[in-house]
Amino acid sequence: MMPFTTLTGIAAPLLRANVDTDLIIPKQFLTTLVRSGLGRHLFHELRYSPEGRELPDFLLNREPYRKATILLSGPNFGCGSSREHAPWALLDFGIRCVVAPSFADIFFNNCFANGILPVVLPAESIARLAAEEGLLTVDLPAQTVSGASCGFRFEIDPTRKATLLEGLDEIKRSEANLADIEAYEARRRVEAPWLVLGGR
Amino acid sequence: MSPRTLYDKIWDEHLVATRADGTSLLYIDRHLVHEVTSPQAFEGLVLAGRPLRRPGQILSVADHNVPTADREKGIADETCRLQVEALEANVKAHGVPYIPLLDDRQGIVHVVGPEQGFTLPGTTVVCGDSHTSTHGAFGALAFGIGTSEVEHVMATQTLPQRRSKNLRVRFEGALPPGTGAKDMALRLIGQIGTAGGTGCVMEYTGPAVRALSMEGRMTLCNMSIEGGARAGLVAPDDTTFAYVAGRPLAPKGALWDAAVAHWRTLVSDSEAAFDQDVVVDLRDLAPQVTWGTSPQWVTDITGRVPDPAQARNADEREAILRALDYMGLEPGTPMEAIDIQAVFIGSCTNGRIEDLREAAGIARGRKVAQGVRALVVPGSGLVKRQAEAEGLDRIFLEAGFEWRQPGCSMCLGMNEDRLEAGVRCASTSNRNFEGRQGRGSRTHLVSPAMAAAAAVAGHFTDVRRLEIRS
Repeated sequence: MMPFTTLTGIAAPLLRANVDTDLIIPKQFLTTLVRSGLGRHLFHELRYSPEGRELPDFLLNREPYRKATILLSGPNFGCGSSREHAPWALLDFGIRCVVAPSFADIFFNNCFANGILPVVLPAESIARLAAEEGLLTVDLPAQTVSGASCGFRFEIDPTRKATLLEGLDEIKRSEANLADIEAYEARRRVEAPWLVLGGR
Repeated sequence: MSPRTLYDKIWDEHLVATRADGTSLLYIDRHLVHEVTSPQAFEGLVLAGRPLRRPGQILSVADHNVPTADREKGIADETCRLQVEALEANVKAHGVPYIPLLDDRQGIVHVVGPEQGFTLPGTTVVCGDSHTSTHGAFGALAFGIGTSEVEHVMATQTLPQRRSKNLRVRFEGALPPGTGAKDMALRLIGQIGTAGGTGCVMEYTGPAVRALSMEGRMTLCNMSIEGGARAGLVAPDDTTFAYVAGRPLAPKGALWDAAVAHWRTLVSDSEAAFDQDVVVDLRDLAPQVTWGTSPQWVTDITGRVPDPAQARNADEREAILRALDYMGLEPGTPMEAIDIQAVFIGSCTNGRIEDLREAAGIARGRKVAQGVRALVVPGSGLVKRQAEAEGLDRIFLEAGFEWRQPGCSMCLGMNEDRLEAGVRCASTSNRNFEGRQGRGSRTHLVSPAMAAAAAVAGHFTDVRRLEIRS
């Protein structure tokens, strides 16, 4: 996973509540067998006409937001389907950080697995960041998001922070507990033998 | 030991290790896998040279992409077919139990798992699918995960987790006639909002929950995620045990007795502390219909489309205006005056035998209104077979409904069961998001009885006024 430390870039303000993962990446693109290539379908139905033409009014079709690396949004971002295609599409478009007053749980987890930083800030702070002219800077070590005239500190779980900073492989971390896993399985076979199914 | 909630008990039983940073490693007993959220996980394992730790603890089945008509002829859409073939190749290569597409047991993962006895009380159940919350109906800690977590479970049979908050939902009173589990769920979500349960596991309690069948409890738990909670729980009881007993993968004999003895301890202690309590009064519950593009935007069938002018603030007003524009609705319109062109009865929310019986009770001896296309899609091949044994297929077909093969179908339209732009649908599914059933489609979430009533009336109508025929 790509580490995340600091990021300075264009922030696109999509300031609506409950942006769901169907909106981020609709169903017709979920048949992919790979993680890459979904960026051009990000927000597909807001971004293109039914005939496939770009809708000029949509945020990400306008300069400078075509090159946005930060997305500002409303509460409960990423609600709905668990599809990891949503963070894959954001990442493939170039978005590395989403700032919102709150996130849906599954999407929030999926971000960290893909090197995307979800930042929780109050709506008023996000409104001020959206009003900034020029680039925003996200500084994960310092836990701040700032523009030319304002800056805000955000909270983040220290483990999550370390995972992003170092680009850690979560599976490798859990594999370090292999002895615990084996001991657990051995104990459960005795305590709850009805759970044993076929297989290895 | 201090009093614990049901969630606390399941958590404690599955704790493999607590790490120095305070995060916990939780053991996963059961893993359901489907074609859409698994290919990248299998690929990741192969690339890293990691074997699957416990392939026998997985049950896999294709459901999202599968055709619901003429399935014997194969999958026409190439990308859908390739994804199902990828699943078949992956499960074969890794020795994962799989239910083939033309098998009678095939169906939606969240219908199949319980049917096969794969889902058991007190277990941890995951799936790369947000409606995994369904299995909480058995008193299992069941939640949706992303594909990276699917890979994590395949490799380690564990997931790093942080403890959720305990939220108790107390349903007060009994369900009034004409209402059911779907109405309970929608009323709750309307009350707490679509993010009301974020960070929480919701335990459903109260006499109306106890009185629900397993099908009803699954409907209720299925919708937990629409209220923001990754998981919902109903403590197991005799209704649960009667459902599980004798299922192919359920324990038998002495193991069964030992299991039930343990499962009876899986209740929240009377003194257990909950972080939040929500009370939902069912005494005035009417059949529910959503009017907007979020499940929280719901009202009684006797209600009206809301007026944005009544919104609490500018943000809400703007959101309601956008929803009404998308839905093509005028403020103040009575819900019963809204015409529909499509009906979908099915999904992991309402695609079980009891749901089909409920809809058939309305469809019997009536006709689908002119200009309405109505689909009935059983949740599994076993549900389909049972329904046909009871003659429900004849009732639907004679009324003018289409009787389909099992799958996710029009709940999300990954197969060809999609709506055209502007088409309004009474749907027993779980999400009314923009574009969910097809670009520009307009979804109203309802119970199976209300969907069938809308089909025969051609508009939403109060099912309490219709005679139920059996």
